[in-house]
Amino acid sequence: MDILRSMVITGAEEVLSVAGLILLLAAAWGGDKASRAISIAAVAVLTVCAVLTVPALTSGAMGAETSAWNGQFKGDAFAAFAKLLIYVGAAVTLIVAPAFFERSKAMRAEFPLLILFASMGMGMMVSATDMLSLYIGLELNSLAAYVLASFLRADERSAEAGLKYFVLGSLASGILLYGVSLTYGFMGSTSFEGIRAAMSGPLSMGTTFGIVFVLAGLAFKISAAPFHMWTPDVYEGAPTPVTTFFAIAPKVAALALLMRVSLDAFGAQPGAWQQIVIFVALLSIVIGALGAIGQDNIKRLMAYSSINNVGFMLIGLACTNQAGAAAMLVYLAIYVAMSVAGFVAVLMLRDEEGAPVESIAAMAGLSKTRPWLALALAMVMFSLAGIPPLFGFWGKFLVFQAAVQADLLALAAIGIAASVIGAFYYIKVVKVMYFDEAADVVRGKSDAAQRVLLVASTVAISPLGYLLTKALGVLAGNAAAALFHFA
Amino acid sequence: MTGTSGMAFPILSLMLLVPLVGAVACLMVGREAARAIALATTFVDLALGAVLWASYDLGGAQWQFQERAAIFAGFEWKLGIDGIALLLIALTVFLMPICIGASWNAIEKRAGEYYANFLLMETLMIGVFSAQDLFLFYIMFEAGLIPMYLIIGIWGGADRIYASYKFFLYTLLGSVLMLIAMMWMVNEAGTTDIPTLMAYSFAPSAQTWLWLAFFASFAVKMPMWPVHTWLPDAHVQAPTAGSVILAGVLLKMGGYGFIRFSLPMFPEASAQFAPLVWGLSMAAVVITSLIALVQHDMKKLIAYSSVAHMAIVTVGLFAFNRQGLEGSMLIMLSHGLVAGALFLAVGVIYDRLHTREIDRYGGLAINMPAYALFFMLFTMASVGLPGTSGFVGEFLSLMGIYAQSSWVALVCTTGIILGAAYMLYLYRHVVFGVQKHEDTAAMPDLDGREWAMMIPLAVAVLWMGVYPETFLAPMRRDIAALDARLAQARPKGDADLRLAAVPPAAAEPGHGAGHGAGHGEANEAGHEQGSAH
Repeated sequence: MDILRSMVITGAEEVLSVAGLILLLAAAWGGDKASRAISIAAVAVLTVCAVLTVPALTSGAMGAETSAWNGQFKGDAFAAFAKLLIYVGAAVTLIVAPAFFERSKAMRAEFPLLILFASMGMGMMVSATDMLSLYIGLELNSLAAYVLASFLRADERSAEAGLKYFVLGSLASGILLYGVSLTYGFMGSTSFEGIRAAMSGPLSMGTTFGIVFVLAGLAFKISAAPFHMWTPDVYEGAPTPVTTFFAIAPKVAALALLMRVSLDAFGAQPGAWQQIVIFVALLSIVIGALGAIGQDNIKRLMAYSSINNVGFMLIGLACTNQAGAAAMLVYLAIYVAMSVAGFVAVLMLRDEEGAPVESIAAMAGLSKTRPWLALALAMVMFSLAGIPPLFGFWGKFLVFQAAVQADLLALAAIGIAASVIGAFYYIKVVKVMYFDEAADVVRGKSDAAQRVLLVASTVAISPLGYLLTKALGVLAGNAAAALFHFA
Repeated sequence: MTGTSGMAFPILSLMLLVPLVGAVACLMVGREAARAIALATTFVDLALGAVLWASYDLGGAQWQFQERAAIFAGFEWKLGIDGIALLLIALTVFLMPICIGASWNAIEKRAGEYYANFLLMETLMIGVFSAQDLFLFYIMFEAGLIPMYLIIGIWGGADRIYASYKFFLYTLLGSVLMLIAMMWMVNEAGTTDIPTLMAYSFAPSAQTWLWLAFFASFAVKMPMWPVHTWLPDAHVQAPTAGSVILAGVLLKMGGYGFIRFSLPMFPEASAQFAPLVWGLSMAAVVITSLIALVQHDMKKLIAYSSVAHMAIVTVGLFAFNRQGLEGSMLIMLSHGLVAGALFLAVGVIYDRLHTREIDRYGGLAINMPAYALFFMLFTMASVGLPGTSGFVGEFLSLMGIYAQSSWVALVCTTGIILGAAYMLYLYRHVVFGVQKHEDTAAMPDLDGREWAMMIPLAVAVLWMGVYPETFLAPMRRDIAALDARLAQARPKGDADLRLAAVPPAAAEPGHGAGHGAGHGEANEAGHEQGSAH
């Protein structure tokens, strides 16, 4: 009976793995010609998984009845919230990728499969309640991601991105694993529940080291400063659809994982890691903002922007309470919408031959030649900068409000003042598009799927997004409550 | 407090919605259609504004036309106005059609986007003045950055990029700290409702920090010396209509912020920091007036004069008495009209010659007599000649501050003299003298469109100068309520005035109930009580 219950809880993961294997066979026989069909099938699979996941979120599932496989896995509302965002990111990638790769005849049937397996790994990451299942999920995702980064094999930059990601990613995994082993050595358990129980006493030096190593490994995965160095290179080098994927799904998964590890496993003594998170948050905000200023490649700029945004989200984690976690989740959802809009718009920047345009200088005067695309990008930029009335403001608003409520006034004041530095480069992009003379480089046509995605995500980050605040608040509240439910 | 004036019709929401719809429509069409839509939209809002004023109940509840809809998490869509907000909304809707008129021929490139930005600005400005929820106010207040950034950056002059960056980043930095303070207040008081917060007593030690955070934002918006440097840049580079809106309404957001937030919410801190405000204002009056004296660019001169005028507003606000507060409100309204009109006057000749160099003009009285007449009127109003709107407000403000500190009054009064100096300098060099340049001498006088823009402004300026009661009546009791709220914290003045003990105004039923009692302090029994009846 227990096995049956566990099977039900991990339903989405089972669908993903079985469907992934079937599609793998289809790819083996169908070859690259079938890649478009497989992509469509993969989106359908993700939709099924999303449908399977929704009930846990809306009903606010939490506690022991969501625990599966002897405490390795938890299918609670928190995991469901993160999974839905991950599926959105994966589906968007699958929708925009074929058109991108087909132009250079590089579309291969493996692409949708890698995305599916990465999604499964990420689902495990956010559901893991044991250091071992956590690590397996993380590696499943990472291995798929390394391949994805170097998917344009003929392209030097793509190969470089893949190699860099692999070397640095393995290093981070090693650091994380070392932290896990230290934790296990001093706590005598790998399960979050066991670690939590063991941590209620005084902290030993070894445990502190373990926490620091685990957090360092995870900081790498969420690309928070000072472990952010790989991000601009990988974002720039990877094919744009893959960059879209990296900016959304693995980031959501790693952030959710970080939340569960710090608030659940290490949650008994938040004082042990709070200052680390504060330091990392502020450093990410500042480095993300300063690093972006000199960039001329829009993808590199988005990479720094994601570092910057991760810093703001970590302010929610630094509150170490439920309100902070809920704020962080809302921010995460809005961040996903902003990233989708931003990267789809970047994908639509093509020159006459259809080759992607990535330099910011080539976007000069875009508002004259492509007014709607420029408007969408401008909205993304103002939204990322957190200027009301665009919806990006709401995420920042909530994390800062949580920080103020948690009495972290200095953190809030410094963080929000540093956001002004970030505003500088966001409005620089708007300046290039709106104030400069038209370079008239962007002339390529976009396909209908891109336009639909762009319109949908831009509407979500427009002031109309505020109508979603109540629903988002309830869902994020459910998820945060589940995270803070300790049996 | 929650009474409405019997109008369930959501007129404020409609006033916000009309320009917004117009803005979207403008994006879709070409130049001719866009400006027609923009003009029609602003006239509709002007008509709605007239209805709003006409149906505002002078003896009614403090907050009227209240609307609320709990459609957001964390804050509400809550609107409502008192007399102060009513006047500023009226100013906004009055100036908007004139701005569109000023852009009628001047804007040729990307007109659709231009008018869309202006209409968006109108929505946000009305939103700022009518928001009754703290965070709704913040969103409206901050959102104005985007259209203004685009207006300066796209349609501005040569140095527009620098000016737009400066404007954006200065005001953003000022505002974000205010946001943190707002969050703290909401956390402490447990409500986002502005009227409730206005009556809430924060601990004096906390007030100090909150006041400083709000000050950081409003001082930049106002702008106060020494954070005023974005203003001359933004003005010079903005198109005429942009300058009119910037000087006419945007600067008033700072003053509105002081009168709506800083003073009633933090009275003790306001008293504590009053000397700081006075000091900065005195510096501003003298320094920026002197800077204005040496300008060669007409718009820069008027921009610096705006800073000086705004300094008299802040002095009046922090005089902690009724005359000062009413005077400040009147200066804000008057400056909105006069500075707007002056920028318009500059725009008229700029459209003809495409230069703002004072030296390039001269002798305009000969070939443009009607223009010279209007320009004269607005120059005099800016100087503060009795009979024009400028006089009433400045007189009241300086009278108010004299009760607090005769030294501050003395220094600020020099601003009036210096103001006369630079305005007359400007007028003499542009309008009088010989016709040095042929092209200047060949400029035609005002055309029909320009007459249509000048006449309403001239009428309003004279009306406010001759019969200010029209504008004092709606805000009288709101100012009285604020004055009562400030009474507890009022610093002792050095002048030790003993005004005649006029009995306080007749009972004010239902008004300012949330602000406690406490009328009848000696120096708040104002000069204008007689006209209250």
